[in-house]
Amino acid sequence: MQLLQLFISFFKIGLFSFGGGYAMLPLIQREIVSLHDWLTMDQFIDVVAISQVTPGPVGINAATFVGYKVAGFAGSSIATTGAVLPSVVVVLILTRLFLKYRDLGPVKAMFDGIRPVVVSLILAATVMIIPSSITDMAGVLIAIAAFLLIRHLRLDPILLLVLAAVAGIIIYR
Amino acid sequence: MFGLPLRLKFCMFVKIMPLRIFSRNVNWRKRIAAMSISKSQVNSPRASTLELFKVFLPIGAFTFGGGYAMIPLIRRAIVEKCRWMEDGEFVDTMAIAQSAPGPMAVNMAAITGYKLAGIGGAVSSVVAVASPSFVSIVIIASIFLGVQNNPIVRAAMSGMRPAIVVLMAGAVFDVGKSVISSKVALVLATAAFVGLIVAHIHPIIVILLAGAAGFFIESAKKMKEEDKNGE
Repeated sequence: MQLLQLFISFFKIGLFSFGGGYAMLPLIQREIVSLHDWLTMDQFIDVVAISQVTPGPVGINAATFVGYKVAGFAGSSIATTGAVLPSVVVVLILTRLFLKYRDLGPVKAMFDGIRPVVVSLILAATVMIIPSSITDMAGVLIAIAAFLLIRHLRLDPILLLVLAAVAGIIIYR
Repeated sequence: MFGLPLRLKFCMFVKIMPLRIFSRNVNWRKRIAAMSISKSQVNSPRASTLELFKVFLPIGAFTFGGGYAMIPLIRRAIVEKCRWMEDGEFVDTMAIAQSAPGPMAVNMAAITGYKLAGIGGAVSSVVAVASPSFVSIVIIASIFLGVQNNPIVRAAMSGMRPAIVVLMAGAVFDVGKSVISSKVALVLATAAFVGLIVAHIHPIIVILLAGAAGFFIESAKKMKEEDKNGE
């Protein structure tokens, strides 16, 4: 039964993850952490970290990881399929519509509304993980350093996370 | 967006996508010429499911992070190496991929696969694009779950967390800059943020409301214009 719920949850998540990139994360956070309690906020942040440094889109990685954590290999397969299926179906429908009618005006209108809201979603998710992520002065320092490295050196996110991990080992061990 | 003249379409695209690489590589004159060729090729299957799998597998394997990073890779493979599409069709594919939920890479794979080899092609491409990350994560997850309480691992994770906050905030800022380009957008974004944080509205509901709002705002705009023209 949990597998079915996992599929349904990730199907919902996949169906509404507009905007690419981190867009899936707020939805995963809401469904998996807040609603079903399958992960704690701490575990969720771990998932995000690892999903960033592994190949592939962050959203799919996170789905696979969460699925694995909840229900092993079966869970990861179900979660990933659930996350990917709705977007494939929608995309194919849109492609046929586009080829036929060459006009997706109403879709575009919807998107003009959705796009700004996705920004808010990610911002809200970011705000919600701050209490669990930056818990002491060292955390603040790492955050400031990270900000400077990205802003002024345009450091690659993965390199940044590796450096942050090393910093963590040095500071916290 | 899709009914507009080509040049405007292309320019809007460059603005919407924070991808300057693309505007460097695509000359819009070439693109118009390409469109006339691609239209005749659009509906004929041109690749086998196996070929699609072989092309999308490395794309899935070699991109880290977000969807937009994959686009140059996908473009190189589809437009330049395999010549499955011209740039014009590629840009349209991107437009559709962005108009659907889910990761860009998966959507691009699905559309390309479908155009070239029907549903089987779509399935093959998507499986190929998703497999490398799926396999990696399953392996890494199984290891991680075993070591997650190791003090060194915990220390590393504690170090990464503030960096993640900064990365996400950076994404918000970058995307927000280009997306929140009007007062309406700002109002929507603010309302959504308040709804999410204060009223704990489910993100899905927020998205549905936003889509409806976008639709109604567009209709209201159109009615206003019609009124104006009527006078």
